[in-house]
Amino acid sequence: MHMSDALVSPGVGGAMWAASAGLAAWSARRLREEMTDARVQLMGVLGAFVFAAQMVNFAIPGTGSSGHLAGGLLLAILLGPHAAFLAMFSILTVQALFFADGGLLALGCNAFNLGFWPCFVVYPLVFRRMVGDKPGRGRLTFAAVLAGAIGLQLGAFGVVLQTLFSGISELPFGTFALLMQPIHLAIGIVEGLVTAALLAFVWKARPELVLPSATGPVARPTSMRPVLVAFAALALVTGGLFSWFASTRPDGLEWSSAGTCGREEPAVLQDRWHRLCAGIQEWTAFLPGYDFKSSTTDGEPVAAAAAGTPEAAREPEESGAPHPAVSSGTSLSGVVGGAIVLALIAMVGLGLRLRGRAEQAGG
Amino acid sequence: MSHHIVEARNLEFAYPDGTAALRGASFRIEHGESVGLVGANGAGKSTLLLHLNGCLLPAGGEVRIGDVPVTRATLAQVRRSVGFVFQDPNDQLFMPTVGEDVAFGPANMQLPGEEVERRVRESLTAVGAEHLRARPPYRLSGGEKRAAAIAGVLAMSPDVLVMDEPSSGLDPRSRRRLIGLLAGFRHTKIVAAHDLDMIRELCPRTIVLHEGRVAADGPTAGMLGDRELLERCGL
Amino acid sequence: MPRIDAALREIGALDALAAQDTPVHRLDPRVKLLATAGFVLAVASSPLREFAELAPLALFPVAMLAAGRVPFRLVGRSLLLASPFAVMVGVFNPLFDREVVAHWGPLAVTGGWLSFLSILARFALTAGAALTLLATTGYVGVGSGLGRLGAPRALVTQFLLLYRYIFVLADEGARAVRAHALRSASGRPATVRVWGSLAGHLLLRAHDRGLRVHAAMLSRGFDGSMPALRPLRWGRADSVFLAACLAFFALARFGHLAENLGRLAVGGAP
Ligand SMILES: Nc1ncnc2c1ncn2[C@@H]1O[C@H](COP(=O)(O)OP(=O)(O)OP(=O)(O)O)[C@@H](O)[C@H]1O
Ligand SMILES: [Mg+2]
Repeated sequence: MHMSDALVSPGVGGAMWAASAGLAAWSARRLREEMTDARVQLMGVLGAFVFAAQMVNFAIPGTGSSGHLAGGLLLAILLGPHAAFLAMFSILTVQALFFADGGLLALGCNAFNLGFWPCFVVYPLVFRRMVGDKPGRGRLTFAAVLAGAIGLQLGAFGVVLQTLFSGISELPFGTFALLMQPIHLAIGIVEGLVTAALLAFVWKARPELVLPSATGPVARPTSMRPVLVAFAALALVTGGLFSWFASTRPDGLEWSSAGTCGREEPAVLQDRWHRLCAGIQEWTAFLPGYDFKSSTTDGEPVAAAAAGTPEAAREPEESGAPHPAVSSGTSLSGVVGGAIVLALIAMVGLGLRLRGRAEQAGG
Repeated sequence: MSHHIVEARNLEFAYPDGTAALRGASFRIEHGESVGLVGANGAGKSTLLLHLNGCLLPAGGEVRIGDVPVTRATLAQVRRSVGFVFQDPNDQLFMPTVGEDVAFGPANMQLPGEEVERRVRESLTAVGAEHLRARPPYRLSGGEKRAAAIAGVLAMSPDVLVMDEPSSGLDPRSRRRLIGLLAGFRHTKIVAAHDLDMIRELCPRTIVLHEGRVAADGPTAGMLGDRELLERCGL
Repeated sequence: MPRIDAALREIGALDALAAQDTPVHRLDPRVKLLATAGFVLAVASSPLREFAELAPLALFPVAMLAAGRVPFRLVGRSLLLASPFAVMVGVFNPLFDREVVAHWGPLAVTGGWLSFLSILARFALTAGAALTLLATTGYVGVGSGLGRLGAPRALVTQFLLLYRYIFVLADEGARAVRAHALRSASGRPATVRVWGSLAGHLLLRAHDRGLRVHAAMLSRGFDGSMPALRPLRWGRADSVFLAACLAFFALARFGHLAENLGRLAVGGAP
């Protein structure tokens, strides 16, 4: 369930990066006093364990999902939330770098979805509270399953929201949420069961790893502060970036198309609101099938029927995106140009490669 | 610490889960000695060695290196004079390349760059591993890993070398090479091993550990011939 | 996520490529990190339907890969393996956005198809850039670059340790799986219970290993900070490279290169 770069807008990606980087810096500061205890080394080695254990697994049929062991939750249990968050951050980075799983811009989103929720929310507020100080095995299992499921629900919902606000996928909120949440409920329960089986084993062999003594530094994670701080930071950053983006992006789009198509199109700018209103009307007047009443010439499109349902919740950024002028990339010349460019790039690549070979052979 | 004496007095230690691993072990090792430490699996060899550089602190009794007792306050000093080669070189080679790993210790000692470089070169040469310098540790064979791990310890120029099963997992030729290498060091050496032949070659003196206590301590030749003793200590 | 052996092989292959010595590999990791960040932002911020305008941006990864002697095949295969989520989500766009926005000759093209193509292109470019960064910089290079760019010390230290111990633990994991497979008649993967104890053993060993690594680091004077990894040198060439990259991204992002070139080719007709 990795959010992909292809579906993230810079605004959303940036906001989530800011939130996750802030959390990482804060976690690292909390750990600084403990740099000489074993926590940092354990972070590295147990992070590697989670990475390996996620691959020693049975795939969940039919979902194409790679979610297995609830790594964030397990790490939070073993290392405490701060070290666990850093470890998750690294694991996700490795996956992004080596397996193109997720991506660099989406790394902030993924760290938040798969790190923040389990480490700073689910672990202290669900898991710790449920297991108490003297849990039995059944209780431990139940807590792990519940925590795993809740964590993944939150994470999946994060993906839905990030996708929605990015406005790159056209999936309506309701549809996407209805797709994601039940699938991830199933996955979350499986993850919880798997994590519980692991915990049950460790609990029997080395209970002190699962529940370090209540006085240890690991066992004070129930403070709400990190949660509140992260939310506040996220809200601020999102609000700021988002409003900036919402106001600049549609204009930016038209400005650039106007600038390079070689003719001024002031009408486009004025037209924008007209078309926006018209677009919304067209939406509400739902027309089934294809009704090509649109005539599309550059810069003069009439919004045609969209087969989507009206989404009152659509953000201005998003409702702006489908409607502005058809700009260069969509015209035939744009496509032809794109193909030419790609051919040129392929030649450059080939040339560089051959030169490299020649150098290698020569030297 | 001109005299690299290693002394343990009535060492006691139990792991957090309650396993009593040491139950009053005592010995004294003089400057320049080579001592073998033998004992069955679980006899407490590794645990004992980990006390010698303060990786574990005793629950009872004490360890002295020279005239310095090993306590939390003297750790830095002790660790500079006691070099520790771990049982599994994977635990010890944690840096991205062999060269960086060997440089880890000297760099932590705040030595100047050229000095670090010199020590890296010298200790890699000493173990015959110059060619491994740029390689990542996880791509090495067992013997190469062992050599790199030893180089990392030598680079800190310790007075005392503590080694936990240095020959385990080596093929006969690597093992011979290692023995030759260790025989050439003039350090005070303490070698824990199941490889009694190696002990016989390297260490004039042997300590036998049994259930956390010193069961015998004396010249290797006599001890390793004592069938009854070895039998009793599970060897 | 690939199976454990395949994953190790994949990591190993990229690792070996990163150890090469080419002009691209010699660039300061920080420069490559920043250029990649700029690239990803340029791709992600380009208007959704103008997918043809993404074409010029492909120059960056293609040139880096070619000059860095990284086989395209390897990157292509990784991209295919990683693509399902983006494709699965993107494929809904043609369903939900059927507004016809362009005519390519006789073909009426809807916004949904354009944005779907755009999502595919974005995916290939951004994921390709991440792989390119790794294959030309190496994991350790990325780590030290991040450290020098101000990433927290605890994060960088554990980032490096994580990588080191992936090899050890994945190896142990692979051995455990093999041992399990040899003794399970069905050849099917472990049940949850069995998995719990198999992974549990691995975990306990990993935990003890963590403690031993800790002891080994303390034994060699670790005081909380890793000594400076390879010294990084940001030279003139690095600055020039970064500036050129960023300028190119800006040009590609705002210059409508594909459109203008296409106009030349098809004679200005829209
Ligand atoms: N981390 C640990 N936690 C709990 N008990 C431990 C731990 N490490 C070792 N022990 C126990 O302490 C005792 C001594 O172990 P130690 O590792 O010192 O033996 P050893 O002589 O080195 O054995 P070997 O020859 O197998 O290496 C054993 O009973 C062992 O089970
Ligand atoms: Mg041992």
